[in-house]
Amino acid sequence: MADLSVNVNGLALKNPVLTASGTFGYGTEFQDFIDLSRLGGFIVKGTTLHRREGNPYPRMAETPAGMLNAVGLQNKGVDYFIGHIYPEIKDIQSNILVNVSGSTVADYVAMAEKINELDKIPGIELNISCPNVKEGGMAFGTSCVSAAEVVKAVRQVYHKHLMVKLSPNVTSIQEIALAVEAAGADSVSLINTLLGMAIDAKRRRPVLSTVTGGLSGPCVKPIALRMVWQVAKAVKIPVVGLGGIVSATDAVEFLLAGASAVQIGTANFIDPAVTIKVIDGLNQYLDDNGFKSVREIIGLI
Amino acid sequence: MKKIIDFEVRENKRLNADTILLVLHADGMPEILPGQFVNVKVEHSPSTLLRRPISVHDVDEKQGLLYLFVKIVGCGTAAMGELKAGDKVNVILPLGNHFTIPDSGRSLLIGGGCGVAPMLHLAKVMTSNGLSPVVLIGTRSAKDILRREEYEKYATVYYTTEDGSVGVKGFVTDHPVLNEPFDYVFCCGPEAMMRAVARYAAGRNINCEVSLENTMACGIGACLCCVTDTKEGHKCVCTEGPVFNIKDLKWQI
Repeated sequence: MADLSVNVNGLALKNPVLTASGTFGYGTEFQDFIDLSRLGGFIVKGTTLHRREGNPYPRMAETPAGMLNAVGLQNKGVDYFIGHIYPEIKDIQSNILVNVSGSTVADYVAMAEKINELDKIPGIELNISCPNVKEGGMAFGTSCVSAAEVVKAVRQVYHKHLMVKLSPNVTSIQEIALAVEAAGADSVSLINTLLGMAIDAKRRRPVLSTVTGGLSGPCVKPIALRMVWQVAKAVKIPVVGLGGIVSATDAVEFLLAGASAVQIGTANFIDPAVTIKVIDGLNQYLDDNGFKSVREIIGLI
Repeated sequence: MKKIIDFEVRENKRLNADTILLVLHADGMPEILPGQFVNVKVEHSPSTLLRRPISVHDVDEKQGLLYLFVKIVGCGTAAMGELKAGDKVNVILPLGNHFTIPDSGRSLLIGGGCGVAPMLHLAKVMTSNGLSPVVLIGTRSAKDILRREEYEKYATVYYTTEDGSVGVKGFVTDHPVLNEPFDYVFCCGPEAMMRAVARYAAGRNINCEVSLENTMACGIGACLCCVTDTKEGHKCVCTEGPVFNIKDLKWQI
């Protein structure tokens, strides 16, 4: 049994396997299938200051080895989360991070202040990379200036772990990563979904109500790996890797590329117990290859 | 409690040009209520990533058998069409809510095309509860009426076909049985048909539930992809449905 624990810049995880926001609900949806306390952590659904209904149906298109989504941050708002969801999940023995999204810097700050008060939430994941909302979201994450501005503002009011989720829809993801690191991020997670599109040739119209959506699943893995490797070489803060992980081998590849932890997203839809299989498989890989700790393989490439 | 179970294929029978009947076996199958669905993992189809949500046609709890109608529409369902007896199929079940089974009164169960699938399970449960359901099945043609003898075991069954080859010629809403008094209508089929049935039920003040079929990713309420617009905002068809009372939907009827 290898040591799977990692410390992501102060965020102590029993293993490096987290779940990606928007693919794991609030955790409770998966309770019939897995013991949530076995996870390194889970990142709950993207939360906004006010309730959002999200985009109209259809919001999803399956693509070869992947899927596009255009959910558009449907959620009941941060106060509902604090009042109704947090009490239900706070005692789960895992690290629960809240994914925070906003349309203005003030929105992000207001939410960070509220979540800072929650004892059992050791960190937030600042979502500056959602491709499915008209205002804010990815707009913040595609320029170094605006990315730094929102991170700096949140940093002033948020005193726990501040993970910033980066968009791959940029010319140089390293530059954005460096900008948010300088602005006070504790870690960066990447990649959010890639902007894509699906067309129904038979009906001669877009599949998604929003025309474009975010691509995820195994098809994005090579791009995600490349970006994780590039960013891990560029920044000093830890990198959390995600994008198309469906197996322990995929997770190992991200760790080798320089990720200190990984997130599993779309794979949860196909196998709600995949996270446990990845954790067990990771241990097996380390044992088979003579590593005593998962930390020994981080950034070997 | 939802489970992930490896079933064994007992039978894969082609029912018509584009529909198969899959009979799956497993021990320890959880209780399934009429209207619930299962999410089936597709093997041997490299481009298929997601599971395929399939409504439950029938359940034999004693023998651990699950019956599914699968309409072949794309690569994923085509791969399911190739399954052979003895193959393993990974299934998540039971998913979604269920039809509200009344204590008394007259119920009309309307199924269109492959949407007739859940009506067998519903009719069977109603009959075992001492009710006498009436089933109305609408298809294009005689060859599209699937497992007719099974439905006739548990209900009085009427038919409409678009070509008039069986029953009344036309759509389900053209059938005179609709003029009889009913307290409940349960419907599953193409959306245009369900909207027409909803208009009929609303017009006569009959309590009506419809089973929706939206594109899903997870089937367990995590991804929020399969929503339908309701009077209370977007609701997940996979967990807050697939069965909705027409009073709660925003259909213009």
